[in-house]
Amino acid sequence: MRKQWDFSKIREWSWREHPVGPVIPVPATAEGYETGGWRSLRPVLDLEKCVHCFTCFIYCPDSAIVVAAGKMTGFNLRHCKGCGICARECPKDAINMVNEAEARGLEKCLLPEEGAVGGEKSA
Amino acid sequence: MSKTVALVGTDAIAEAMRQINPDVVPAYPITPQTAIVEAFAQMVADGRVDSEMINAESEHSAMSAAIGAAAAGARVMTATSAQGLALMWEMLYIASGMRLPIVMPNVNRALSAPINIHCDHSDSMGARDSGWIQLFSENAQEAYDNVLQAVRIAEDASVLLPVMVLLDGFIISHTVDRLDLLDDRVAKEFVGTFVSRDPLLDAASPPSWGTFDGLGGYYFEFKRAQAQAMMNAAAVVSEVGRQYAEISGRHYDFFETHRMEDAELAIVAAGSAAGTIRSMIDEFRAEGIRIGMVKLRMFRPFPERELVDALSRVRAVAVFDRSDTFAGEMGGPLFVELRAAFYEKEKRPQLLNFIYGLGGRDLPQALVREAVSLFKAAAGSNERQKRIIYLGLRD
Repeated sequence: MRKQWDFSKIREWSWREHPVGPVIPVPATAEGYETGGWRSLRPVLDLEKCVHCFTCFIYCPDSAIVVAAGKMTGFNLRHCKGCGICARECPKDAINMVNEAEARGLEKCLLPEEGAVGGEKSA
Repeated sequence: MSKTVALVGTDAIAEAMRQINPDVVPAYPITPQTAIVEAFAQMVADGRVDSEMINAESEHSAMSAAIGAAAAGARVMTATSAQGLALMWEMLYIASGMRLPIVMPNVNRALSAPINIHCDHSDSMGARDSGWIQLFSENAQEAYDNVLQAVRIAEDASVLLPVMVLLDGFIISHTVDRLDLLDDRVAKEFVGTFVSRDPLLDAASPPSWGTFDGLGGYYFEFKRAQAQAMMNAAAVVSEVGRQYAEISGRHYDFFETHRMEDAELAIVAAGSAAGTIRSMIDEFRAEGIRIGMVKLRMFRPFPERELVDALSRVRAVAVFDRSDTFAGEMGGPLFVELRAAFYEKEKRPQLLNFIYGLGGRDLPQALVREAVSLFKAAAGSNERQKRIIYLGLRD
């Protein structure tokens, strides 16, 4: 039987109190780690086009495709890093990547032709 | 009953591995280590061991597989040399950082360039800060004995660190030597069985290994604990050596002293060179030179206090290094560390560094004699001496 750990006071532990080697005595701890904060592009599903083939589910590296009752229903944005693989692989073009900051209503992002600073300008 | 045999060093290591019967051996061939994994692969093929042998596609992969298997809960061994050890470099730190008791013979060979397959200590010295325990061997007997002891040292609950057993390429690995092998049963009882503290393959309650530990985490605390494990290792090396003496009659500790009782001059050396030097001490004594030798076995952890004690009564110390640090005029790694060890002593012997044998250049008795006459003259002079002497160099 392995030692049972109480991590509630881990912030106060000295170096002597941690498990030997950086071992976490429980599995699947990545689930509790928010990787969605890195996202600069957000996937948006067009349910009109989706045929629920689950190609996106197979390709998603973060298990962020949410499936309910045999249907693709959207994205777990807590884990989605916005890599865009799902949008690239979707055979029906049912996933669009949109600007994350814009989706959160934090800012308005201009496209180059709309005069964005640093964007390519046609001669 | 132990039995006396004649074996090349690599076969002596393979015999130790057969007796240990590790669960997993991931390996990649490299001269002069190849003969170890070749002999062991034959033992696997012949059903003489139960080990799962993994033929990896590189040493980086071999060490990665060793780490994975050790985390899974297996007793793991591998072996390498020179460029192979260098290719493992990234993974060496992961093995020690994850506190995995992997045992790895490293057949010392010069690092390229220029390409060279022969003995020097530049490979293992390059890994001296990787958190592995390092034990030198003088001959095939010591290499065999060190491998058996390494398992117990690595797996001790107060240590849990990987161990590198060092033996000189070709000089030990490829020459036939006389040695005593322990009876299989005695060897197996000595190494015992490995019980992993947190096996990844504990299906009922699997732990997480090798996770991220960033800015707000505990990396610093884990490194301090790792430093402590290396400090703890010294006492364990001593205790395991004492227990090994009970079953073998051969005693091992941090280092061995030879005619040091009344010595005025001392030579410090590691590896096969110690045999050549020891063979000449009586001759030098007969010529009126009061000289002794300290043969270093344990380089990591570095037995600082004990070495200083053993050398504090001599007038001068000649440190033999079979590699260079290329750190300016600091000398070889053993010299650098020994000088640092004496810093707090008010009365210090004069320290000279002889860098010898790079790329397998031989150290015959005549060269030891040359070193001792240079050493004797330097020790008797009041003038400021050249600190580093390249011994046997075409100059």
